[in-house]
Amino acid sequence: MPTISINGAQHPLPPDPRVSLLDFLREHLHLSGTKIGCNQGACGACTVLADGERILSCLALAVQYEGRAITTVEGLALDGQLHPLQQAFIDHDGFQCGYCTPGQLCSAIGMAAELKRGVPSHVTADLAAGGIAPSHDEIRERMSGNLCRCGAHNGIVAAINEQLAATAQEAP
Amino acid sequence: MTPFAYARAQDASDAVRLAALANASYLGGGTNLVDLMRETVAQPAALVDVSGLPGAIEVRLDGSILIGAAAKNTAVAEHQVVRQRFPLLSRAIVAGASAQIRNMATVGGNILQRTRCTYFYDNEGSRCNKRSPGQGCDAVDGFNRMHAVLGASDACIATHPSDMCVALAALGAIVHLHGPQGQRTLALTDLHRLPGEHPEQETELAPGELITAVELPALSFATRSAYRKVRDRSSYAFALVSVAAAIDVEDGVVRDVRLALGGVAHKPWRAWKAEQMLTGQLATVDSFRAAAAAELADATPQSGNGFKIGLAGRTVVAVLEDLAKEMQP
Repeated sequence: MPTISINGAQHPLPPDPRVSLLDFLREHLHLSGTKIGCNQGACGACTVLADGERILSCLALAVQYEGRAITTVEGLALDGQLHPLQQAFIDHDGFQCGYCTPGQLCSAIGMAAELKRGVPSHVTADLAAGGIAPSHDEIRERMSGNLCRCGAHNGIVAAINEQLAATAQEAP
Repeated sequence: MTPFAYARAQDASDAVRLAALANASYLGGGTNLVDLMRETVAQPAALVDVSGLPGAIEVRLDGSILIGAAAKNTAVAEHQVVRQRFPLLSRAIVAGASAQIRNMATVGGNILQRTRCTYFYDNEGSRCNKRSPGQGCDAVDGFNRMHAVLGASDACIATHPSDMCVALAALGAIVHLHGPQGQRTLALTDLHRLPGEHPEQETELAPGELITAVELPALSFATRSAYRKVRDRSSYAFALVSVAAAIDVEDGVVRDVRLALGGVAHKPWRAWKAEQMLTGQLATVDSFRAAAAAELADATPQSGNGFKIGLAGRTVVAVLEDLAKEMQP
């Protein structure tokens, strides 16, 4: 039976190919942490990680992700301990209503991996440069696919900035 | 969403065989097609998933690059050789959509994405010749700020929304196709059609034909190239106008130039006229202005988008000026 891994657990895929990954998570598995915002790829609320890469679960058909490993906001905490980025969002008031937060968190974790890999962005000055410094502008541009209608973007950027700096210090 | 059958293709021949079924669509990353299906604008009876087909990026000895059509947009933008030799392509890709969408969207799917004309999307409330041939066009008398100023027709004033394709048009990219009748290649600039009386026919692809790869021919002066996108907000928005350009200047004279515009037409708009005018001329602002004016001489505004003509001209001049400046010793 074709399966998909969600936060480390294997689940059979839905028989109807129309089911989006987002609906599969929320309606079939009752993992309601991933939010449904625009349902058309414009807001980023449904962002999850597929094998570590951030994607929009509303535009993904669940069947297309057979055999892949999906991580949602429910999979970020480890043994009851918040992911450091979750704690940073709390510390920096990175949300008000919280609706966009699961998407922001997953997106930021995917973004950190992209930065580490050297993926350029629209504001990267030098395409040939190896390392890209996670400046305020870089973080804002890279997170522009996640809208926050409360306007908590400053707190969100501050939280991500702190987390990226902490991770950089840990690295050898 | 209308029910459909789903099948995953093992290779290009398998995909073409599976798609021989009437009303089948190829599925790449799904970032446009899934949305269109949800809105019932697209109602394929079957989806043939080609996202698992080759997506490797091959750097060849002659300086060209062959990109498998299933390559993700991010993979192309971050590729070291693309960044060095064809920076305008990396720039164009990262100017489009969001990182999440670029991680999902394939190169083949990006090329074949549909217009974002809101009347095309509004299946229940608006007339659209592209969606429902012969119905009429509500954009002509509607909110048409985002619409075309070049090559449009009375039947359709929609634009092609891709950023990547504007860079590919400037680079003279060649699209590799595999269909029921075999394999062939086509210049990207010949792939998309102008709307004419049949805006529903968007490409020169034969039924069942699949894009398998995109080839970037060697172009030495593309190492200095640019993509500039003008939009309503600074990120995550479609282009009002965009310009992809590369220019080769020696002793103050334009030896060669590549220029394409986005956001202004039903297809990525290669500025052949401007290129021809500029070649052999002094690389000065006056030459750039004259070339931009010639290219836009036939531009026709709609009620809400007349600003695009001036904006396109100024953006062309600004991009060429910046590139020419960079090339001064």
